[in-house]
Amino acid sequence: MTSVTAPERSGGRAGRPSDRPAPRPRTDHGAWFLVLPALIPILLLSVGPLLYGIALAFTDAQSGRTRATQWVGTLNFQDLLHDTLFWESFRIGLLWAVGVTVPQFLLALGLALLLDQRLRFRWLARALAIVPWAMPEVVVGIMWRLVYHPDAGILNETVRDLGLGDGRDWLTSLATALPAVILVGVWAGMPQTTVALLAGLQNTPRELHEAAALDGAGAWRRFRTVTWPALRPVAFAITALNFIWNLNSFALVYVLTSGGPGGRTRLPMLFAYEEAFRYGQFGYAAAMGCVMVAVISVLLAVHLASRLKGDE
Amino acid sequence: MSGPRTRGAVRTGQYLALLAYLVFLAVPFLWLISTAFKPAAELGSLHPTWIPEDPTSANFRQAFDEQPLLRAAANSLVAAVCAALIAVVVATPMAYATARRRGRLSAATTGWVVVSQAFPFVLVIIPLFLVLKNLHLINTVTGLVLVYVVWSLPFALWMLTGYVRAVPAELEEAAAVDGAGRLRTLVSVTAPLLAPGIVATALFAFITAWNEFFFALVLLKTPEKQTLPVVLTHFLGAEGAADLGPLAAAAFLATLPSLVVFAIIQKRITSGMLTGAVKS
Repeated sequence: MTSVTAPERSGGRAGRPSDRPAPRPRTDHGAWFLVLPALIPILLLSVGPLLYGIALAFTDAQSGRTRATQWVGTLNFQDLLHDTLFWESFRIGLLWAVGVTVPQFLLALGLALLLDQRLRFRWLARALAIVPWAMPEVVVGIMWRLVYHPDAGILNETVRDLGLGDGRDWLTSLATALPAVILVGVWAGMPQTTVALLAGLQNTPRELHEAAALDGAGAWRRFRTVTWPALRPVAFAITALNFIWNLNSFALVYVLTSGGPGGRTRLPMLFAYEEAFRYGQFGYAAAMGCVMVAVISVLLAVHLASRLKGDE
Repeated sequence: MSGPRTRGAVRTGQYLALLAYLVFLAVPFLWLISTAFKPAAELGSLHPTWIPEDPTSANFRQAFDEQPLLRAAANSLVAAVCAALIAVVVATPMAYATARRRGRLSAATTGWVVVSQAFPFVLVIIPLFLVLKNLHLINTVTGLVLVYVVWSLPFALWMLTGYVRAVPAELEEAAAVDGAGRLRTLVSVTAPLLAPGIVATALFAFITAWNEFFFALVLLKTPEKQTLPVVLTHFLGAEGAADLGPLAAAAFLATLPSLVVFAIIQKRITSGMLTGAVKS
């Protein structure tokens, strides 16, 4: 792989900074020329809309209205504060995000540790792990609907075979809908996490591992003192990303339950989507988006702070 | 020290765990395939089997009859190919600039890549919807391509920057010393080394766009314009047992392109993700 050469290069460069103290200023125009093709779409279709979206949150924008949109200050946010449906959806969103991210990480860590061993059939697990990663989310949802199907699904058939009753309608009963959906989320996101952790594992120093084994350290001690310190940065990064992605997820649950039964699986994204594109309340939905960004930022800041503290 | 017996027990445990993972990963996918080949009568029976007793391809034909799958696949293909090509063309120069000069530009790019992962799509989709509506690009593949390009840029930049950094700058400097001009160096030294990474990035952008659902759902209104994932959801609803077969068949077909492409590039994607991560 070409990537192997990268560390050497930067190391060599850092070793002789005094040889060439001043960068060549002449080529700076060249840099702008290189950056511009990407910068224009980023500004027009990403940064711009983001700012526009934040501004919309302070207006009464609605779809298909002839009257001009007006500034309404923080009215949308005051409404949101009293919108129990939104906070219920937010609570479910957090339950979902934590409920998916944590098992996802633990299962992925287990699988990565297994794949790091010299086991037979390792290749099969690697090949299978591709499937959930490459699949369209809509297909993942459809597939699990077939698994959960009350009559034609394999889950209920297994339940019946094991003599555990007649099975149930997993996705439409109040008690099982959220756990059932969470299981799908774990399944769908496990591969990326496994691959990231596996790469982290393969960067841990082998010699240290062997030395610890010679000193008589057990598997758990070796994991805690050698593997985990090396793995921690990757683990923190992938968990943070997973959490954000899960909080933003839409397609899976849209296909599985559309937020039902009785709003039990209505994630904030589904709620905001309905508000914006079913009821046309653009301003209000934008305010929801802002609240979600704020919460994600705070959680991310806490996460980063704890990581920095851990590094000291 | 652990004796051979405990080591054997550990190995057995490891294989059992691996088996459990294999089952968990494979079962839903195998069930999808099994359902796709079952005749309606079997799907209606109360005791579904793993292997269809009377396998049939009728579900595939029925799926094409029920929904405009071919047209949807064509729409998906156009959107995904255009988005992937444009994203790579636009991102490669920026990735090059970011990788070759550290400092503010590099920090800004990394910052944007991270931030863009954090904001909810809903905050971006409403303004995007309004902007595209003013440009009369709602319900067009062009509008969707624009959104996909921007949407796949963070990841493309991330990966490409990693690939550029893996090409030693010394090589370029050596070519310059030998009297090659800047453009000549890029074309004959850098580009060949970078090509595999660019192809992998383009294919990944292709899969991302092919699989994408949310933007397509919001932006495409009429069935003739809709992409495959959106059309697949039309199979849902109050489905009777008879409709499960076509649903499974269509879902299975829609997955094949992603699976094939992904199998080709998987190794390179993994290494690209990590070089980006390690070097930032």
